[in-house]
Amino acid sequence: MRLFLNASGLIMFILMTAILYRVARGPTVIDRIVSANMIGTKTTVLLVIIGSLFSRVEMYVDFALTYALLNFIGSIAAAKFFQHRRLSPEHDEEVL
Amino acid sequence: MIHGIAMGCIALGIVFFFGATVGLLRFPDFYSRVHAAGKGDTLSSMLMLFGLGVLVLEDGHAADILVFIKIMMICVFVFLTSPTTTHALTDAGYAAGVKPWDRGEHE
Repeated sequence: MRLFLNASGLIMFILMTAILYRVARGPTVIDRIVSANMIGTKTTVLLVIIGSLFSRVEMYVDFALTYALLNFIGSIAAAKFFQHRRLSPEHDEEVL
Repeated sequence: MIHGIAMGCIALGIVFFFGATVGLLRFPDFYSRVHAAGKGDTLSSMLMLFGLGVLVLEDGHAADILVFIKIMMICVFVFLTSPTTTHALTDAGYAAGVKPWDRGEHE
């Protein structure tokens, strides 16, 4: 069971680094925010996996819950920022 | 039995997460990427959290039920907020003037 959890944690870590490619390359800024948000929700799950590996689930579940809350607020704040501020005109072609 | 359920849920969660990642990387424009990220993300998180929650209940201690409930709280929280975030980001993207992809354009 531990091996399975280790393997699933490792696979998730590899997939999260794959998402970093989209964070780096994403044409628009909001692509980067979406990818960062996705990495955030995945970190929540990874925290609970690590908790069950270290057999201290109750502690890590609190970390995961807090992290999920903060990640949500961060993404909403970033989204709110773009409501009023148009992406600056000079890199409009990049927006496509 | 409990191991089987837990392993099945976590494996399924990873499959959906892989789908979401491929969707995020391969889709042509912002709107399709947000759609892939939002849906795949939510489902895989909920599946994996449920699998891990079942794993917590394995030892049968009474205190573990509270931990299981807390994990389910995270599950419900992700279920409620991930679509909201996706909606907010898509709306922000539209407001910021991101143009949807049409077949003619080549990035």
